[in-house]
Order: sequence, then structure tokens, then C-alpha cells
Amino acid sequence: MENILTQLWPWYIAGPILGAMVPLLLWLGNKDFGISANLRHICAMWPGKKPAFFRYDWKGQQWNLWFALGIVVGGYVSGYLYPGDPVDINPVVVERIQSWGASAPQTIVPPELFGAAALASWKVWIYLLLGGFLIGFGARYGGGCTSGHAISGLSALQLPSLVASTFFFVGGLIGAWWILPRLVVWITGGGA
Amino acid sequence: MKVLFNFFYFLAGMITGVTLIQSQAASWYRIQEMFQFGSFQLYGVILSAVVVGMIGVQLLKGKRSLEGAEIKINDKNRTWTRYIVGGTIFGLGWAIAGACPGPTMALIGAGWPGFVVLFVGMILGTWVYGLLRDVLPH
Repeated sequence: MENILTQLWPWYIAGPILGAMVPLLLWLGNKDFGISANLRHICAMWPGKKPAFFRYDWKGQQWNLWFALGIVVGGYVSGYLYPGDPVDINPVVVERIQSWGASAPQTIVPPELFGAAALASWKVWIYLLLGGFLIGFGARYGGGCTSGHAISGLSALQLPSLVASTFFFVGGLIGAWWILPRLVVWITGGGA
Repeated sequence: MKVLFNFFYFLAGMITGVTLIQSQAASWYRIQEMFQFGSFQLYGVILSAVVVGMIGVQLLKGKRSLEGAEIKINDKNRTWTRYIVGGTIFGLGWAIAGACPGPTMALIGAGWPGFVVLFVGMILGTWVYGLLRDVLPH
């Protein structure tokens, strides 16, 4: 058991499990696999004045909040109780990341961006809030995130999801090659 | 019954969370590796997920779900601006943060405080979209 929860699951195991969530949720209750919808439901919980987009009965979407809570608990079990082996990625990518001043992978994410000590830096806060803002704004504007478009939308042969997923990738390439390196250098002061 | 089904959805979420961590789809490093075309791992995850999802959807369409509702696929609106502009903005955030919403929740569970801040940013972005929705082109 411990072994399963510490080693890398190859794509041909993990992909089918994630893909199976689409029919599983349909079969259970005709529910659409889409994680970012929960961000909207959380906004809809706000009891005060709110935009029309958030005025609906979020309690009718409780199933998805339970699903999201499950993800958190799953992350606790596999990421906290049984942290895995160091992420073993392509050495060319490691070298590039180190040249920005970030550390080589020892943990699943770089502690200098996501660890408790990192939050002492206001630059890290800007980085996280900016990244999160773009994700939240873009997911609702684009009508879904990786789960809703790239996995469940494509599974249901939705052309809009193919367009959205394509542009996820366009934005991703711009972000990964052009913006992120500058942001990390700005935070860390750059690499050797 | 409702409670039982909510428990099933919770379990499905747990499996998803474990899989996101164990496949390292939740790893900032893996996301960068994907966008730098350094490995097949995450491409394989998405592609094989779509194949399995597609087969499952075809098998289930028109059948009745366990909760009772008929299983049907809601076609997404075919107005393209939102998918192009919103999709690009989402992609920027995905690469910059090195995570998308599902992995963010899993990493909060894994005890990384930075992802709580990232999550707050996501809620802010969602809220601002709600404020601007009527003036944005879709």
C-alpha cells in the first residue's frame, strides 16, 4: 500500500482513472466532471450583495463540493501522509528551472514558491494571487478548466472544448516560456 | 439516499485527488516539463483520460443514472470568443502557477500553504468575472 502511494503512477494508469470519473459521475447522478465550477459555488455562498452570476441555489450543486472535499482529503492521504519519491523530470527542464533561481525537484512543488517560509515574501504573494486570479477568471470566462474542457468536454465530443483546450495550451506556452521565467527570477533573484 | 450519494461523490473526489498527486499532474515541475515538451507523462494522462471518458460517455448516453435522472450531454454554447480569450487567460494562469484547480485542492490537502493563497486568487478571479460578465464579449 505504502509503495503504491509513494511511487509515480504512469500515465496509462492515471489517465484512465481520471477519465473514468466522467462516466462515473454521469452514471451516479448525471453529473458533469468540472472542478472549477466549485469556485463559482463558493462565490454563490456569499450571503451579501453579489453579481447576478452568483445568485442561484448553490446547495443544488452540493455534490460537486463533496467531490472537491474528496480531492483535498485524497491529497492529504497521498501527498501528506505518504509523500512520494522526488519528482524525476527531464534534466534539460531541471537545468532551465535552476537557471531561473528555483531549486531542483526535491518535493512535488518548489518550496520557495509554495512552502510556509515562502509566504514571508510579498513577491510570492503577488505571484500566487496573480496566477490564481488568471486561473479563476479564465476558467469562468472560458466556461471550464482542465477537467471540464480538456477531459469531460473532449470526452463528450464538444467542439467548444477543443477550442478552449487548444487555447489553454496557447496561453500555457506563453506563460511557461515568456512570463514564468521572469517572475521566478524576480522572486529568487535569479540563478547561478 | 442523498447522504449516501454525497458520500460516493466524496469517494470519487478522493480517488481523483490521490491520482492527481501520484501521477504528478499536481506537480509544478511536471507542468513546466509538459509546457517545455520534456516528457510524455502529462500528455499521456490527458489523452488516455479522454479516450476512456469518450468510451464511457458513448456507453451511458440515454441511460438512467443511479440517482434517477436521465444521462444526457449538455452541448456547450457555440460562441467562440469566450473559449479563445478565456481559454488563453486560463492557460496563462495554469503555466504561471504550475497548477490547475483540481491539483490546487489536492495540494492544499497535501499541506502546501502557498496553494491556499493560490486558491484565494482563483476565487477573486471568479468573482471579478462575475462582476464583468455582462460587459465582456462572449
